[in-house]
Amino acid sequence: MTTGGSVLLLVLLVLPLVGALVVAPMGGDARRAKLVALGFALASLVLTALTWASYSVADATGGARFQLEFSIAWIPAFGTRFALGVDGIALVMLALIAVLVPIVMAFSWEEKLPEDRTPAGFYSLILATQGLLVGVFAATDVFLFYVFFEAMLVPMYFMIGRFGGPRRQYAAVKFFLYSLLGGLIMLASVIGLFVVSGEQLGSGTFTWTELQAMAAGVDEGTQIWLFLGFFLAFAIKAPLVPFHTWLPDAGAEAPVGAGVLLVGVLDKVGTFGLLRYCLPLFPLASQRLAPLVLTLAVVGVLYGALLAVGQTDMKRFVAYTSIAHFGFIALGIFSFSSQAFAGATLYMVNHGISTGMLFIVVGLLITRGGSRLVGDYGGVSAVAPLLAGAFLVAGLSSLALPGTNSFVSEFLVLVGSYPRQPVYTILATAGIILAALYVLWMYQRTMQGPLRGSAVLGALERAGGPGTMLDPAVSAKRPGSGFPDLTRREIAVVTPLIVLIVALGFFPGPVLDVITPSVVATMNEVGLADPVEGLSP
Amino acid sequence: MSNLAQAPVPQIEVPPIDYGAIAPLLIVLGAACVAVLVEAFLPRHQRWPAQVALSVVALGLAGLALGLYAGSSGPEGITTISDALAIDRPTLFLWGTLLALGLGSILLIADRSVEPGGAFIASAATRAAAGAGGGPGPIDDPDDRSYGSADQAPTMQTEVFPFTLFALGGMMAFCAANDLLTMFIALEVLSLPLYLMCGLARRRRLLSQEAAVKYFLLGAFASAFFLYGLALLYGYAGSVRFTDIAAAATGSGRSDALLLGGFALLVVGLMFKASVGPFHTWTPDVYQGAPTPVTAFMAACTKVAAFGGILRVLSVAFGDTRWEWRGVLWAIAIISMALGAVIGLTQTDVKRMVAYSSVAHAGFLLLGAMSITAQGISGTLFYLLAYGFNTLAIFGVISLVRDADGEATHLSQWAGLAKRSPVVAGVMAFLLLALAGIPLTSGFTSKFAVFSAALADGMAPLVIIALVASAVAAFFYVRVIVLMYFSEPAPDGPTVTVPGAFTTAAITLGVIITLLLGIVPTLALSWAGSGTFVG
Repeated sequence: MTTGGSVLLLVLLVLPLVGALVVAPMGGDARRAKLVALGFALASLVLTALTWASYSVADATGGARFQLEFSIAWIPAFGTRFALGVDGIALVMLALIAVLVPIVMAFSWEEKLPEDRTPAGFYSLILATQGLLVGVFAATDVFLFYVFFEAMLVPMYFMIGRFGGPRRQYAAVKFFLYSLLGGLIMLASVIGLFVVSGEQLGSGTFTWTELQAMAAGVDEGTQIWLFLGFFLAFAIKAPLVPFHTWLPDAGAEAPVGAGVLLVGVLDKVGTFGLLRYCLPLFPLASQRLAPLVLTLAVVGVLYGALLAVGQTDMKRFVAYTSIAHFGFIALGIFSFSSQAFAGATLYMVNHGISTGMLFIVVGLLITRGGSRLVGDYGGVSAVAPLLAGAFLVAGLSSLALPGTNSFVSEFLVLVGSYPRQPVYTILATAGIILAALYVLWMYQRTMQGPLRGSAVLGALERAGGPGTMLDPAVSAKRPGSGFPDLTRREIAVVTPLIVLIVALGFFPGPVLDVITPSVVATMNEVGLADPVEGLSP
Repeated sequence: MSNLAQAPVPQIEVPPIDYGAIAPLLIVLGAACVAVLVEAFLPRHQRWPAQVALSVVALGLAGLALGLYAGSSGPEGITTISDALAIDRPTLFLWGTLLALGLGSILLIADRSVEPGGAFIASAATRAAAGAGGGPGPIDDPDDRSYGSADQAPTMQTEVFPFTLFALGGMMAFCAANDLLTMFIALEVLSLPLYLMCGLARRRRLLSQEAAVKYFLLGAFASAFFLYGLALLYGYAGSVRFTDIAAAATGSGRSDALLLGGFALLVVGLMFKASVGPFHTWTPDVYQGAPTPVTAFMAACTKVAAFGGILRVLSVAFGDTRWEWRGVLWAIAIISMALGAVIGLTQTDVKRMVAYSSVAHAGFLLLGAMSITAQGISGTLFYLLAYGFNTLAIFGVISLVRDADGEATHLSQWAGLAKRSPVVAGVMAFLLLALAGIPLTSGFTSKFAVFSAALADGMAPLVIIALVASAVAAFFYVRVIVLMYFSEPAPDGPTVTVPGAFTTAAITLGVIITLLLGIVPTLALSWAGSGTFVG
C-alpha cells in the first residue's frame, strides 16, 4: 500500500475547513467575513477545476479505478487509512459542490438572519459543510467515509437550527436524529464489514478496493445484512420513501442557502453511497434486494410528485419534487445497466443544479413577499419579469424539458432501465407527467394572471402607499421597494445556473465522458453484463 | 531476636515484593496517609495549599514511577505479594488512566474560585465556624442560603484530599487485585471515602447528605453481595485466587451451583460499583447530590476501577466458563443500555441526565468486557480512558454554570447559554457530541473499538441494540445543544462563572484528550492492546 500521493484532494478538503476556522471569529465585521468566505469558496472552485483538468479519462478507461490518490496510515488497529481518491462519479460531485457553494454565498449575501446571528457564523458553517462533503465524496476508505458522513451532520444541524425559519428547532432535531439513526445502523454494517474482512483477508481492512475485491467471496446472507445497514442510512439520507419525512421539514425551515446545499449536494451522498458502496461491496445482496429498492423508488417518484402537486408551502414543494427525483435516481442505480448508471450519476448533478436553482428562485420570491405560501403570490411576472423567467427555466429543467440538462439524464435513466425493468420504468414514466403538472401549475398560480395574493399586494402597498397597488408598474420601477425584479447580484446568482442548465442540456458530452469509465467499472464490480449493448468506455 | 530466628517453629515467610511494580500504588496510599497528618497538624489556613501540592506531587510521582516501570518491564506481567496483586499491561494502563483522571479530579476539587471557598464543607456548623455562614441564626437550617462570599475567604474542608487519595489508591488496588479477598478490601478502601465525599456539598446539603446515605446503604448492600459470592466461590474452589477458581471450574466434577451462585452474587456487587443497570438506582441520586467535582471523580474513576475489576474477573477467573454466564450478562447489558437511554430521555436535570448516560455507557462497556478476546480487553480499556476524560470535562463544565443558588443544573436554565458564553457552550456541545459518539471525537473511536470486538465475538444482536440505544441517547444530548444554541435565554438565567485556573486546566485536559483520541487514537490503542492479563 503506497503512502502519500497527490495532495490536490487533500488541499481541496482542508481549504474550506481552514476557511471555516478563519471566518468563524469575524463576527464583528460582516462584510469582511463574507468576502473572505467567498474568497475561500472561489479558491476551492479553482482547485476543483484543476482537479478536473488533472483527471485523465484515458487512465480511467484503462482501468485505474481511482485517480489523484492520497493515502497515509491513520489508525492501524482499525485497519483504516486516510485515503482519498476520485473516480468520475465522485469528480462530478466535487464539481457540483464547488459550483454551488459560491452561488449559495452570493445568494445569501443580504439574507435576513434571525436576531443576534451574524453572517460570519453562517458562512463559516457553509465552508465547514463544503469541506466535509469533499471528504465524503473523495474518501476511498470506508471508515473515513463514515467519519465524514456523520461529521457533516453537525454543521448542517447548526445551520438549520440557528439560522432557519420559525420551526427551526424541530426541523434541526428531526434532521439530526433521522440521520444519526441511519448513520449508527450503518456503523453496525461498517463494523461488520471490518470483521468479515478480517475473516476473509486475515486482517481487517477498510480500503475500498480491497473490500471490493473481497466482495465476491462473501456469502449472500452476510451480504444482505451488511447491505441493509448501508442501505438504510443512504435511504434516509437520499431520502427514499418512507424515510423521507425529515426532508420537507428540514428543507422548509432551513435558510435558503443551506437548503440549496442540503437538497442539492448533501442528499446526493445517499445516492452516491448506493452507487459507490452498496452495489460494488455487496453485489449479490444488491441484486437480490433490487425489487425492494425499485419499489421504494417508484413509489417515491409517484408519491413525491403527488404531494408536490398538493403543497401550499413553496419550500416544501421543492423538497417534495426532490423526493420524486431521488426516486428516478434510485431507479437508475438499481436497474444495473451502464446507461442507467450514467443517467443516474448525471441526474445527481443535474438535480443539484436545477433544484438548487428552483430553491434559489423560491428564496428570491420569499425575500420579496415575506411568505412561503403559494396562495400569497400571483401574477408576479407583471412586476418582476426576470424573476418569473428564472422561475420558468428552473421549473422546466425540473420537469426535464428537452433542451434542458435534466432531460438528458432522465432519458438515460429510463432508456437504461427499460430493458431490465420494464414495469417499474413504465410506472416511473408517469412521474414525468405529474412533474409537468406540478411545475406548470405552480408557475401559473404564482407568476401569471392578474396581480394578487397578500404577499405581492402587501409589498407593493408598503412601497407606494395606498392606491399605487393599482398601478404596479409605478412601484416596480422604483428600485429597492415594492416587489422589485432581480437585482444585479441576483442576476449574477442565477445566470451561471441558467447557463449550466442549457449547456448541459445540449452538450452533456464532457460530463458523460468523465462518468462513463467509472460506471462501466461499477457494472463490472456488480458482475452483470448490460442487458442490451451499453456504453463503451 | 536471634533466639526467635533460631527456633524450630515454622516461620511466616515474608513474600517477595516487587516494589518497583507497585510503587505507584504505594506512593498514592502513602501520600494519603501523609495528607491525614497534614490535616491533623497544619493550621487551617495552610492546609489547602499543602494538600493541593501534596496531592498533585504524589500523583505526578506515581505517574513517573508507573512510566519508569512500564518502560522497563516486558509485556507479560507479574504477580507479587503472594500473587495478591497482578501487575500486567492492563493493570498499568488502568493505573495510568486512574492517575490521569485522578489528577483531573484533584484539579476540579481544588478549585476555590468557582464556588467561593471551594465546594466542600462537612456540616452546616462548620460552615459557620469557617466564616462562610456568618452571623447568628439557625445555622443548622438546611435552607440557610447565606453561603458567604469570596471576600470573606471561607476555607474549605480539606479532608476531601486525603479521601480522594485513599479512594484512588483503593481503585488502583481494585484493578490489580488478583484474588477476591484483595479485591474486597480494595473495594472497601475505595468505597468508604467516596461515601463521605458525597456528603460534603456546601450547598443543597440535604440532597448531598441524602446522596451520601443512599450511596452508603446501597453500597454496603452490594458489598455484602460481593462477600457472599466470595464465600460461595471459596467453598467451590477452595481458594480465592482467580486462577484457582478458573482451574477448579474447568477440571472438576463439583456441582456448578456454588460456582454459578457465587458468580451471580459477585457480579451483582461489581455491577453495582460500575453502575450497570439494573443495579444503577443509586447513580442518578448520588450524581445529583454529590458536590460536582466529587461526581466527576466518581463518574470517571469509579467507572474505570469497577470495569477494570470486572474485566479481570471475567477474563481470568471465569474466561473458560463464559458460555454458562454469557446469557445473563447479555440480559444485563441490554437492560443497562435500554434503561440508560430511555430513562435519560425524561430527565430534566443535567447531572441526572449524565448519570443515566453513564448507565447506558456502562452497558456499552459491558459488551467489550464480555468478549473475552484481546480485542475486547483493549477496546474496553480504551473506552474507559476516553469516557473518563469525557465525563470529567462535562462535570467540570456543569460546575461552571451557576445562578444565585449555586449550580444551575435544571435543563431549562441552560437555555440560550451559547449567547452569553459561547466558549463554554461550544465546549459542552463538543463533549456532548463525544458522548453521543459522533466521529472525530473519542466517543466514536471507543465505541468502534468495543463494538467491533463484540461483533467479532459473535454478539451482533447486542451491537445492533447498542447502536439503537446510542441513537436514542443522542436525543437527550442533542436536546441540551438545542437548548444552549437555539433557545432564547431566560431573563434571570444562570451566569457562567469565570473558571479558576484549576477548573480550566481540568476541562482543557478533558477536551484535548477527547479530541486527540478521536483523531489520532493509535498510540492509546496500542498501549491498551500491548498485553493481556497475567493468570
